[in-house]
Amino acid sequence: MFKQTAAITAMNIRSIPQRLGMSLAAIVSIAFVVGVLLAFMAMANGFCATVSGTGAEDVAVMLRAGSQAELNSNMSRDEVLLVERGPGIAAGGNGAPVTSAELYVIVDGKKRGSGTDANLPLRGVGPEGPQMRAGFTMTEGRMFEPGAAELIVGEGVIREFSGFELGEEIRLGTNTWRVVGVFSTGGTVFDSEIWSEIGVLQNLYSRGSSVQSMRAQMTSPEAIEELQAYVENEPRLNLDVQSEKEFLASQAGGTVTLIKFLGWPLAVAMAIGALAGAWNTMYSSVDARTKEIATLRAIGFSGFAAFLGTMIESLALAILGGILGAVAAYLLFDGISASTLGGGFTQVVFSFAVTPASLIAAMILAIIVGFLAGFFPAMRAARVPLLAVHQD
Amino acid sequence: MTEPLYQLTDLSKRYTRGKESITIFEKLTMTIPAGDFIAIMGPSGSGKTTLLNLLGGIDAPSSGEVVFEGKRIDNMSQGALAKWRAANVGFIFQFYNLMPTLTAAQNVELPLLLTKLGGKERKQRVRTALDIVGIADRAGHRPTQLSGGQQQRVAIARAIVADPEVLLCDEPTGDLDRATADEVLATLQLLNKELGKAIVMVTHDPSAAKYAQRELHLDKGRFVEKELVT
Repeated sequence: MFKQTAAITAMNIRSIPQRLGMSLAAIVSIAFVVGVLLAFMAMANGFCATVSGTGAEDVAVMLRAGSQAELNSNMSRDEVLLVERGPGIAAGGNGAPVTSAELYVIVDGKKRGSGTDANLPLRGVGPEGPQMRAGFTMTEGRMFEPGAAELIVGEGVIREFSGFELGEEIRLGTNTWRVVGVFSTGGTVFDSEIWSEIGVLQNLYSRGSSVQSMRAQMTSPEAIEELQAYVENEPRLNLDVQSEKEFLASQAGGTVTLIKFLGWPLAVAMAIGALAGAWNTMYSSVDARTKEIATLRAIGFSGFAAFLGTMIESLALAILGGILGAVAAYLLFDGISASTLGGGFTQVVFSFAVTPASLIAAMILAIIVGFLAGFFPAMRAARVPLLAVHQD
Repeated sequence: MTEPLYQLTDLSKRYTRGKESITIFEKLTMTIPAGDFIAIMGPSGSGKTTLLNLLGGIDAPSSGEVVFEGKRIDNMSQGALAKWRAANVGFIFQFYNLMPTLTAAQNVELPLLLTKLGGKERKQRVRTALDIVGIADRAGHRPTQLSGGQQQRVAIARAIVADPEVLLCDEPTGDLDRATADEVLATLQLLNKELGKAIVMVTHDPSAAKYAQRELHLDKGRFVEKELVT
């Protein structure tokens, strides 16, 4: 059976040049399906990795209860002090709890590519704030001075937005700031932010002593539960406490779901179109070789071998299309930088990521198209009437 | 008494087209001994090719029996028939029916892919078959690179390579000029005489029929036999 199937498959594959146009159309249409699906998945993967990928499990994030995002949250100075007395928070070198009360405001930025305005987050951080982001490093310039209207800018902002270069003096609202440094957190969501010292931001934006969120470095991931219990039992606190990883995942979830819900239906709709094309190609292939198949059957080849040979041809075309689409998607999309609206109504800069899992999913879709496109033509091949040997 | 190669008994073949039933032949009975070379002649539509199809197991009779070496083949399953054809029958068609993407040698090797022979032995047999029909020097050529006569020789090599008992030939020279046709027919005659292959050949051509040991004229569903001196 193997020799029969191999012989028929080899003949089928060798005869593809006789149907080159149709075969290429089938390959290209499947490549488009795979390419489009991978583009959407790369976008979703990249966004997800940026927003939630590197959230720490031992950093607690606190927002006002019921707030979906930092922008909607508000915490008083008293609440901050109460949290700092909570259990499970790591102590710094001076014995003080390692926390960062933070303020989060929206400023305008101009996209390099389109020149359009988009929202950017300006975050006021406490002295411990930068070190609570894993991988934080200053890549250029220096840290802002306490009390000065100075900014440090994430690498993602520099990449995607104009006017934030090191040394630039920029006007945000009614205030003038100077960019004194560029920082990186290794491609996380914080690279899409602009940071200043929190006291300066509170003053310039007239926020008094209020903040919007608070981060606390915990002694361990499990210690977050102790802090949650403390906050729940403290009647003066009305906060949601979760790990930074959970918080960032919840911020990414909506956008990732939206991207995937756009990508899959589009890919499936295209797959149906590609299926029709591949189906037509395979029927043509069988029809063109009716006499050959009948001759092989007359010689003694089995109908099952004819079925398998046609199926393998269809799957080969689909896999070829899948590989072409995957390579094109990888070359075109993997690693490219883009920005989109994140959970805080601000732009998140992220890199498209064509991952092995999404490549496997796209190839499975291509194989399903190949299987469906080949099945009924293969059935026809298996049932070619032997009397077709006499066709002229 | 030795067992005949084929024994056809009360063989009938009818086709139904819409409400119309067309009888090709009715209650045909004949015997083909091993090593025979029969030319079946007759007007168009007389059922010559249909009879060849029934002998080759690529069509089934409406009624009657086709017995090959004592074994009925008309009631075999498709799978069993495929195996029987692979072991016992070599087909030669008017338009050669070669696989256009394969070389002559690869075409000839096809029936051997249904056997348990290893690659080396298959190659050897292919070369022998091509030698017998005198076309070994064209082993690497594809059908489009061969003349009609050469293609038919490749088809004959394909038909004999698995050493079948019988060769069923449907107008084997119908697409060839006289000189080439004579060469092909001489080859068939050689295979019959030297290798003992039984040959059943359907032809319109009286000159071709002269290469056979006997002629059978099929007309209106009946046979008229004529012994030939060859």
